[in-house]
Amino acid sequence: MNLLEVQDLQKHYPIHAGLLRREVGRVRAVDGVSFQIARGETLALVGESGCGKTTVSRCILRALTPTSGAIRFTPENGRAVDLATLPKRQMRPLRRHIQMIFQDPYASLNPRMMVGDIITEPLKVNGVPAAERRERLMELLELVQMPPGSRTRFPHAFSGGQRQRIGIARALALHPQLIVADEPVSALDVSVQAQIINLLLDLQDRLGLSMLFVAHDLSVVRHVSDRVAVMYVGRIVEVAPTDALYRAPRHPYTEALLAAVPAPDPNRQHRRRVAQGEVADPARPPPGCAFHPRCPYTVDRCRTERPELAATESGGWVSCHRARELELAGVR
Amino acid sequence: MSVTVANDPPVTAPEVRFAQATQLQLTWWRFRRHKLALASLVLVVLFYLVAIFADFLAANDPHATDARRSFIPPQGIHLFDEGGFNPHVYGLKGVRDMRTFKLSYTPDASRKLPVRLFVRGYDYDLLGFIPTSIHLFGIDDAGPGEGVFLFGTDQLGRDLYSRMMVATRVSLSIGLAGVTLSLFLGVLLGGISGLYGGWVDTLIQRLIELLRSVPTIPLWMGLAAALPNTWSVTQVYFAITLIISLIGWTDLARVVRGRFLALREEDFVIAAELAGASQGRIIFRHMLPSFASHVIAATTLALPAMIISETSLSFLGLGLRPPAVSWGILLQDAQNIQVLSGAPWLLLAAVPVTVVILAFNFLGDGLRDAADPYG
Amino acid sequence: MLQTPMADHAAPAVALAVRDLAVQFRSEQGVVRALDGVSFDLHAGRTLGIVGESGCGKSVTARSILRLIDHPGIITGGRMVLDPSTPREIDLASLDPESRQMREVRGGRIGLIFQEPMTALSVHYTVGNQLIEAVRQHHSVSVAEARNRATELLRDVGIPRPETRIDAYPFELSGGLRQRVGIAMALAGDPDIVIADEPTTALDVTTQAQILSLLRGLQEAKNISLMLITHDMGVIAEMADEVTVMYLGRVVEVAPVRQLFAAPRHPYTRALLRAVPSILARPRQRLSTIGGAVPHPGSRPFGCSFHPRCAERVGAVCMERIPDPVPPGQAGASCFRTEVPA
Repeated sequence: MNLLEVQDLQKHYPIHAGLLRREVGRVRAVDGVSFQIARGETLALVGESGCGKTTVSRCILRALTPTSGAIRFTPENGRAVDLATLPKRQMRPLRRHIQMIFQDPYASLNPRMMVGDIITEPLKVNGVPAAERRERLMELLELVQMPPGSRTRFPHAFSGGQRQRIGIARALALHPQLIVADEPVSALDVSVQAQIINLLLDLQDRLGLSMLFVAHDLSVVRHVSDRVAVMYVGRIVEVAPTDALYRAPRHPYTEALLAAVPAPDPNRQHRRRVAQGEVADPARPPPGCAFHPRCPYTVDRCRTERPELAATESGGWVSCHRARELELAGVR
Repeated sequence: MSVTVANDPPVTAPEVRFAQATQLQLTWWRFRRHKLALASLVLVVLFYLVAIFADFLAANDPHATDARRSFIPPQGIHLFDEGGFNPHVYGLKGVRDMRTFKLSYTPDASRKLPVRLFVRGYDYDLLGFIPTSIHLFGIDDAGPGEGVFLFGTDQLGRDLYSRMMVATRVSLSIGLAGVTLSLFLGVLLGGISGLYGGWVDTLIQRLIELLRSVPTIPLWMGLAAALPNTWSVTQVYFAITLIISLIGWTDLARVVRGRFLALREEDFVIAAELAGASQGRIIFRHMLPSFASHVIAATTLALPAMIISETSLSFLGLGLRPPAVSWGILLQDAQNIQVLSGAPWLLLAAVPVTVVILAFNFLGDGLRDAADPYG
Repeated sequence: MLQTPMADHAAPAVALAVRDLAVQFRSEQGVVRALDGVSFDLHAGRTLGIVGESGCGKSVTARSILRLIDHPGIITGGRMVLDPSTPREIDLASLDPESRQMREVRGGRIGLIFQEPMTALSVHYTVGNQLIEAVRQHHSVSVAEARNRATELLRDVGIPRPETRIDAYPFELSGGLRQRVGIAMALAGDPDIVIADEPTTALDVTTQAQILSLLRGLQEAKNISLMLITHDMGVIAEMADEVTVMYLGRVVEVAPVRQLFAAPRHPYTRALLRAVPSILARPRQRLSTIGGAVPHPGSRPFGCSFHPRCAERVGAVCMERIPDPVPPGQAGASCFRTEVPA
């Protein structure tokens, strides 16, 4: 049984207009997303701004209530629950199993609490006795490689990277089964980014973490994830094991994304195709395949008929009418 | 695998002090750099000390009238006499100008009235519960019409300096009481509005807009006119407090609501929610402490408005009524042009109003900057 | 010091020579030396990449050149010579920031592209109004002519249907189009030099690719000298001809781009290149890291600023002395390790 199974998840925001605030349309921020995360696996959710990746993660954390769909979560030694329809009250005991690492290490720590209190807050609100909390705090500080003296300091005494370690320690405090990491390194300096990426890799190895890694940086994603799901305007266009996706993308959008990333190698330049146009507006997505106005391989069918996700021979899924015939370029 | 810890340079004592400083300390450190705000804080504290010890500081009974000493101009204290330190004031000889019937005073150098510290004067209750008659300074065994009149006297012969001391107490306390009431209403209604949102929020916001759209002076006039004439000074005092905080709370409610809305989206609040923290813990442990400093700053900035409101109401004759003494009532005495030309010192009552309003504004600005250096 | 000539073929003229530039920010908490003796050459028609992490002074450099440093920052030393050894030579450091001459340089001889294009654009005026004003600031032409020129500029920066878009307000445009308008604004005065400060950092990756290729195309078409400021080694690899690496207000290495990536000389550059996550990574590949974090520019370590984080320290000298700066016009590193023993 997979740890998490998301099925046809939708999150729509109504657009109101006029004096009577009538609903005149809907922003389909997430429009039918399905994926699974196995135990111990890291799935990356990538895409450009407005693609709905953050909305998906917030729905899983139930910071947002989905419009429809199912989010089946099966904790170890537990029964499967559908997080999508769970009332908020019943969500609270489940919270300990799903924790989050935030993007902004400055906003995610309460400036008025000492680091020790920040890290142990999840333990405290879940009724862990004080002695046990102290012990666990020491473990956690060691785990994220922070000096034990940090616990009596306030967040303002730490750099961005160190704050991110504190945030990670807090997320790990309750032994969660799933970590949702929302752009955890994108606010950091390059030299610090590397430390946090390594720390995440370490934690995956040591603790067998399962992670949903939400990111826009395809380079970072290649380092940390086992599988990658690419989103475009509220839908997943391709899911595949990381290496396969980078070496041989099956969706033209994946190809365009990979081609757009500037590689830190001056000898590899000037031979890439740049995707034209702009990301579609999720309030008015194009008919058919949402990517068709920007796709160099568009045929008539793409303009009218929306492709569904279909399995590929390499163990992935892709939603493109021409997936079988196209030879797309990856990076290697 | 790199170990960050090992590479960190050794920490120094001031760094540890910084690292272990609470937000309150950091705010104080930032505030201390604001020289103007710091000076204003000292001034405001002095003003409130005056308010608390008003009767002790007063030299004469602020309510005692005496026709023989009306419109005495401010008197200087002579510090030295016969080669020694012997502070005194000259006695005054009142001469009536027979054409204008105006009294004019000439100092009588032969009559020296010694000014002493801690003299006995009229009876009062120190801090409201210690009966005493000791005053900071004054004239021992003052005869009728005698006294030290630092800022002169009004038409009824009341000592302006002493009246200003007592008026400070009334005006500052009414401001404080008004702001406390506003704060209570503002935090309560603003909190409900920001926390629950929906129709409750809409209702409260419309109420605020409605209240703010009513012109204040007519509203106050209407309300003040409705106060029964038979009410005691104390009753009127509280009624006026209520009236001025009726508008004051709306600003604070908006501040509180805005902070609640902003904080609800803050990552660290979401983190607490995801940790499974209860609503109460999120509000009291995470949200309230985060905007307490903003509320304090907003309150400080609201105070001068309250004081001005009381002053203007009383000045217009709609607020407190004699025999109560407040800055507005003192200024009311300085209303007509005849008095002004004959006794311009009565305008001195405007000085503390201006000073305290400026001080509160500087203090509030300093507090706001210190509480939120990025805002 | 190990040095090599900067360019492999006859070096083009220098468009902007910055020498020993020093900038301080003075506040009650003390003096922050944001720039401490920065020197480099921007060659005509080439792209100079300036790369570094937060607090390295790359943005302060750009703002100093345009004399846009705000209080409490002051330029305390150095020269910034535009078109050196030509009749048009002018030292920007000697000008009054508010002078007419400086205003002519700003937007005229040097254009600036911001990270967030809305910094340069007002929400109250249409794109056309602002472009026309910018054109007329630097050319005495009629409004009609300026409007034609503005439409042309919009077409140059790849905005579809410029005739209609010219009357749009900036907020009606997407982030990518807005940055294109920002570029058009920078080009309005026909500058020889364009300074782009993190021009793609706020953009999505496909939009970034479009903007970068636009910049490259414009540079070639208009023979612009481009100073590209970024923290992204990928952008540097793709765009730059020469690279200046900065750390805590000093230049630590200068090199042609291929040389920099193939054989970085400064330990910081080496460490930085190894720390960059790569799209070519193996699954679960670890990165080598630089310990610690970038210190605050106000508490710069003694000696070589990088020594507390440096894995290749030579000895006590790194903590005691500041290594010699890279001589202008040459490639090299400011590091004791690369100094040739006497």
